[in-house]
Amino acid sequence: MNTSRSAADKPLTLRLLSQISPSHTGFGPFIAAIMLLAVVLVTIFSPWIATHDPLAMDPLMRLKPPSEEHILGTDGFGRDLFSRMVLGGRISLLIGLCAAVVALGFGILIGLVAGYFRIADAIIMRAMDALMAMPSILIAIALVALNGPSIGSVIMAITIPEVPRVVRLVRSVVLTAREEPYVEAALALGSSTPKILFQHLLPNTMAPMIVQGTYIVASAILTEALLSFLGAGISTEIPTWGNIMAEGRQYFRINPGIILWPGLLLTICVLSINLIGDAARDALDPRMKKREA
Amino acid sequence: MELRNKDFSAEPIVLEIKDLVVEVGSKSVLPPILKGISFDIRHGETVCLVGESGSGKSVTSLATMGLLPKDALKVRGGEIRLKGENLVTLSPGQMKQRRARDLAMIFQEPMTALNPVLKVGAQIMEVLDLHTRLSASEKRAKVIDIMEQVHLPDVERIFESYPHQLSGGQRQRIMIAMALILEPALLIADEPTTALDVTTQKQILSLIAELQEKHGTAVLFITHDMGVVAEIADRVCVMRHGEILETGTIRQVLEEPRHDYTKKLLSAVPSLIPREPRPDAGATPVLVTKDLGKTYRSGGFLAKKSEVRASYGVNFDLSPGRTLGIVGESGSGKTTVARSIMRLIEPTEGQILLEGDDIAHLSTSAMKPKRKKLQVVFQDPFRSLNPRWTIARSLTEGPLNYGVPYAEAIAEAKRLLQIVSLPEDALKRYPHQFSGGQRQRIAIARAVMLRPDVLVADEAVSALDVSVQAQVLDLLDELQRQTGIAIIFITHDLRVAAQICDEVLVMKRGEVVEQGPAGQVLHAPQHEYTRALINAAPGRFWDFAAHKPLVA
Repeated sequence: MNTSRSAADKPLTLRLLSQISPSHTGFGPFIAAIMLLAVVLVTIFSPWIATHDPLAMDPLMRLKPPSEEHILGTDGFGRDLFSRMVLGGRISLLIGLCAAVVALGFGILIGLVAGYFRIADAIIMRAMDALMAMPSILIAIALVALNGPSIGSVIMAITIPEVPRVVRLVRSVVLTAREEPYVEAALALGSSTPKILFQHLLPNTMAPMIVQGTYIVASAILTEALLSFLGAGISTEIPTWGNIMAEGRQYFRINPGIILWPGLLLTICVLSINLIGDAARDALDPRMKKREA
Repeated sequence: MELRNKDFSAEPIVLEIKDLVVEVGSKSVLPPILKGISFDIRHGETVCLVGESGSGKSVTSLATMGLLPKDALKVRGGEIRLKGENLVTLSPGQMKQRRARDLAMIFQEPMTALNPVLKVGAQIMEVLDLHTRLSASEKRAKVIDIMEQVHLPDVERIFESYPHQLSGGQRQRIMIAMALILEPALLIADEPTTALDVTTQKQILSLIAELQEKHGTAVLFITHDMGVVAEIADRVCVMRHGEILETGTIRQVLEEPRHDYTKKLLSAVPSLIPREPRPDAGATPVLVTKDLGKTYRSGGFLAKKSEVRASYGVNFDLSPGRTLGIVGESGSGKTTVARSIMRLIEPTEGQILLEGDDIAHLSTSAMKPKRKKLQVVFQDPFRSLNPRWTIARSLTEGPLNYGVPYAEAIAEAKRLLQIVSLPEDALKRYPHQFSGGQRQRIAIARAVMLRPDVLVADEAVSALDVSVQAQVLDLLDELQRQTGIAIIFITHDLRVAAQICDEVLVMKRGEVVEQGPAGQVLHAPQHEYTRALINAAPGRFWDFAAHKPLVA
């Protein structure tokens, strides 16, 4: 009993690091981490990797198959597909990351308040219930339609439906943690409410938040692609995996690569993030792992 | 009441454990958990395994039941013979056959040992389903019979009840009924009364003794409480660090303990004789309550309104340097009183006068300057320190809240660590690196960092082993003599209250039933409930430290 307690008490970073070695996790998460790293590096250095200007159209080169000049061929406007794809990954990943950070930020803040103050709880949670009752993709489309198809508005459109999920999770953690005697002791020591919220309660939410964060990144990348596919996403002036595929739809028979390659990259990326998220969950909450085994 | 004194040497041996070694995991370098222990139990006999936490007593019982956690613990050597058959070599399937029929076990926490979604009658029936071929009506009759034997009231109704509808004592009776229905030769009871109130504990102990008499069951009783041992044991094995240090009849062990550790254990048992009354200096009380009460109201919109009066009519005054004990069983409202005084909750009636000012309804900000005069130590030292904070950060939290410079706060923390006998390098460490007793001393140090006038100790020693308990009580006493702090000591244990309190307040169901100087309340209790509590204190007829019976 003592050993399990001390394991759970180890600092978060140590527990996560100890899980990275393949001997600990098996090869799934390890390979996922390598692949994700590769994708991230490619997108970060995309301006140097890209062979062409992703926006340069060439009416003579429309829908060409892969060649030495254009590694993956060209799209309907004669733009280089490979260049668009690596640069598009940048925007897609950026949107995923931003959506996760913003959703976690707001979610944690609202969740802390809801979990700690009983009156706020009743009001906030009903609002969250209402938000969750609406299909998230419809909310996102409506928000993009209202604010125009910029990167910022797409991030907001993806973030808002994610917030209630984070709020619920944070609230549930806070509800249990606030009953801990060390919180009452802090109260007795005259600690202010912000101090109790951010120094005593907030660290309890970190482990589930890291895991939830990875899932939000993955789902935000997918939602962005879906929005673009539905024509409610970022305009094709700024390439993303989603809008490259959306444009490729009408040329599917002539050059299926326009959908295939970004789609493949997207799948690898989301799969890797989810695998890493699962590994993080196992590392941070050993009970979950046992239950599955 | 007297020590048991029956000779079992003519009875057949039921359980014989020889050189039992249990180790951690497969390729561990850690020393074994059990280092070759041997003892036996005869027909109708009760053998107590006594020891503090980590002594290996529970591992012994689990090994006997064949219930060691798979992969984590393993029997490495030795024999466990039940009526001559070596259980160590049996397959899990064969072991399953033996359990319930030949040996059974009851646990500490009857709520978690019962399935919450099945009726208790059905759960007892299940044992019969697995091990017998009786018809449904025969089974039911047998279950009703055993439920009557364990003295459950209104058996037909309880048969159809769910575990949560029963009290803790009733649930433990159900567990005993389940364990004994097939009349096993051996019953293992692992701290079966530790989670129960003293009055319930007394009933359960006499029930086990009665059933043992009736069925001739051999009982292996595991406990940390010497009082309980004195009540029920025929023979005692004292365990420490996986070894049996001393074995003997109850009389031998209590009257002429041979091993130093046994002597230490016995002298650490708090006695029911109250401390010498200290002179009341007649100083102005620092804390006074007037008709203090708390009523919880729930329901309202759509739900049925309900009220629970958790405590009411609490009146006392507490002078500097004095200790007030609030004693009661679970649900008596003693913790509600503590939390009201600490203003962790707002009382619904009455006044709390701290140095003459009523703090009962102060707002959070108005309360802040008062807070440092009132500090608290909680029961569970594993949960009362933030596991993510270093000891230095925990200790300095209070002073920093009141604007004390960090250097000053850390110097004070070092000074207090010395007083609670912890090394200075403890400051950099985290709570999980300390034992329960050490953590409790850290919690006390944290509470006195602010130099409070009143310290509320809410069951502050209940989770600790007796020897550690004694140290912590000494520490509180020492602090009180040095600083003149007033202590409110909340406990369910009359023995502990007798050791430390000047005055005692006995609570029952939210009401104060008796109040007065410790000597008077414990010696000449006026209220029937106080008398019942004192009578139920296990081993009250024995003076453990002096190795002789107590003469009243």
